[in-house]
Amino acid sequence: MQEMMKKRAIELLANGTCDRVLGWTNGDFAYDQTPALFRTEQELEEGFVYNGFSAANLSKYLVKECRAGGKILVFLKPCDTYSFNQLVAEHRIKREMIYVIGVACDGKADVEKLKEQGIDGITAIKEEGDTYVVSTIYGDKTVKKEDVLAERCVNCKSRKHMVYDELIGEAGDVIADCGRFDMVEKLEAMTPDERYEFWRGVLSRCIRCNACRNVCPACTCEQCIFDNPKSGVAQKAAANSFEENMFHIIRAFHVAGRCTDCGECSRVCPENIPLHLLNRKFIKDVNTFYGTYQAGEDPAAKPPLGRYEKNDIEPGEAGGVKA
Amino acid sequence: MKKLSSAKLNEFFAAIAASKALYLPVDNKSGKAEYKKWEAGEEMSKALNTVRSAKDFFFPQTENLMEFKMDGKRVEVIDTRAEAEDFVIFGVRACDAASFKILDSVYLVDPVDSYYKTRREHGVVVTLACGKPAETCFCKVFGIDAADPAGDVTAWETDGAYMLRANTEKGEALLDSVGALLEEGDEAAVAAAQAKTREIIERLPLSSLSTEGLGVGKTAELFDRPEWKTLSEACLGCGTCTFVCPTCQCYDVRDFDTGNGIKRFRCWDSCMYSDFTLMAHGNSRNSQVERFRQRFMHKLVYYPDRNNGTFGCVGCGRCLSRCPISMNIVKVMKTMGGKNK
Ligand code: SF4
Ligand code: SF4
Ligand code: SF4
Ligand code: SF4
Ligand code: SF4
Repeated sequence: MQEMMKKRAIELLANGTCDRVLGWTNGDFAYDQTPALFRTEQELEEGFVYNGFSAANLSKYLVKECRAGGKILVFLKPCDTYSFNQLVAEHRIKREMIYVIGVACDGKADVEKLKEQGIDGITAIKEEGDTYVVSTIYGDKTVKKEDVLAERCVNCKSRKHMVYDELIGEAGDVIADCGRFDMVEKLEAMTPDERYEFWRGVLSRCIRCNACRNVCPACTCEQCIFDNPKSGVAQKAAANSFEENMFHIIRAFHVAGRCTDCGECSRVCPENIPLHLLNRKFIKDVNTFYGTYQAGEDPAAKPPLGRYEKNDIEPGEAGGVKA
Repeated sequence: MKKLSSAKLNEFFAAIAASKALYLPVDNKSGKAEYKKWEAGEEMSKALNTVRSAKDFFFPQTENLMEFKMDGKRVEVIDTRAEAEDFVIFGVRACDAASFKILDSVYLVDPVDSYYKTRREHGVVVTLACGKPAETCFCKVFGIDAADPAGDVTAWETDGAYMLRANTEKGEALLDSVGALLEEGDEAAVAAAQAKTREIIERLPLSSLSTEGLGVGKTAELFDRPEWKTLSEACLGCGTCTFVCPTCQCYDVRDFDTGNGIKRFRCWDSCMYSDFTLMAHGNSRNSQVERFRQRFMHKLVYYPDRNNGTFGCVGCGRCLSRCPISMNIVKVMKTMGGKNK
């Protein structure tokens, strides 16, 4: 796969379809890849990688790249194409400046899950069929891919690309019964007190590093209101832990109807906070109240929270406090 | 040297906790280690290190410095400083213990930071030598010995026991206070544990990282290197690296309007942020390239410049495992340093 992608990128660079390539490059331990721009054949030959650890969603980088001009080739996994479409719909990126190669995906690995199995001192990882052979300074270990699948991939909603100019690998399908709302349903079934405890518990670990916000393809404000000293709500430090927790709820509201459930927020959180559950609750509610809608499926679709219809649900109609 | 049988570990914790607040790494619900106040029933984590560093004990993420109360035209200034309570941190690794020295060099020099100082004075640090270092560890590069950590007391885990060595008066007092639980230590067992750890450290992939080309006097050479642009290209400016880093020491001071007065607070800041050191004219570092460069130049050049060549990184590896895009100080050192290609 990697070689096919590299070869194609070199061709498209040579024939002028693009002047740079957005992909991933290797780090020190086989799992620590960094998103990178490649401008020459040599750079691609030396640095381009794609494997089970190429997890980062590259679509948000296109906001910056589109401003720089030129023509960009980007590799997108199925989930990334939803973010891409959403960014097109919100006029944050220009479709015509970007050449999209969809790459088939059978799930990405989470190195934390490897480590949870007691694997430490990793020096190299090789893919062999449906396993990873991990070399460590404490000896070699083999793990099944499915046992170290990233959280978001366990409940992957779609292996189908929503947009591409060409595809490498086989086209996949939307996975209707992916079970991504199972945990949301469990939370809904809790008593308000239990639910409150759950969220206060997980959010109490937050160090407010902002990784979740900064990685989020739906968070593309030029300056976040929480960073703006003139906004009056700048939040370098919260007055109390409840205010801290509120940040996440406000952010979830802000991306409601726009979050594609790409899973980046939970992937990057250094404290393993299941942020995707907040967003999935909103997605589920939008589905229930406004009809099934998947952000990023169709950039021309009218966003449910961005339009008004006379028979829209009224505050309090679904329960809770009446306005 | 003293010895504590592993079977008596919880008794030992209870004895310490009887007179002082005791903190130690425990696994939280997500399976990651974090420092927590010890209570009966709490199990010490087996993890190599905590997600957040131990600097939180001395340099907390937020704290109130003072308050102002308004009463008509009168402004009352309230000094909120209080003596810290006595506390013990158990299980600090060599890297984090070394980071305290770095923080000291900032907060305990003139003008001494009295908020920091009282916590340093009241804290007793018990370090624990590493038994199973990770691939992200590179303490050795900065001359830190994971097999012989600093601290008021140093502990080693050996077969069925912990060996404890007091290094300071504070440490001795601590061991004396729980003397009834301790036996005479076994130097040979410690030496064996140390040899084992050091042998592993030698084999770590990053132990051979070179600092050549970095450090004192390298500002002019490194500041305008074109590689900063490519290195920082994917950086999200999130600041995760700075918040998990045991040596990152920057803060902001702001006033919070409470409605009938002001709370002046201090909180961690990050050079990766757009409003870092914001001044009337704007930000002094307008692009992410400049902000990114600041973080690494600070650790690898500016800090050594002002501290006899000591680097501002202790090689704990947190920024390696926590950066969302896996960009980190090692990649910077490999690119900017002389001998790592
Ligand atoms: S969520 Fe689905 S498409 Fe995205 S990386 Fe995981 S398996 Fe691939
Ligand atoms: S990434 Fe995690 S720790 Fe950082 S701000 Fe978001 S929720 Fe908090
Ligand atoms: S280097 Fe990594 S952790 Fe640090 S600000 Fe950039 S993206 Fe965030
Ligand atoms: S720069 Fe990274 S490795 Fe160095 S002390 Fe900070 S977090 Fe640890
Ligand atoms: S960096 Fe060194 S001292 Fe720190 S945890 Fe790793 S081996 Fe131990």
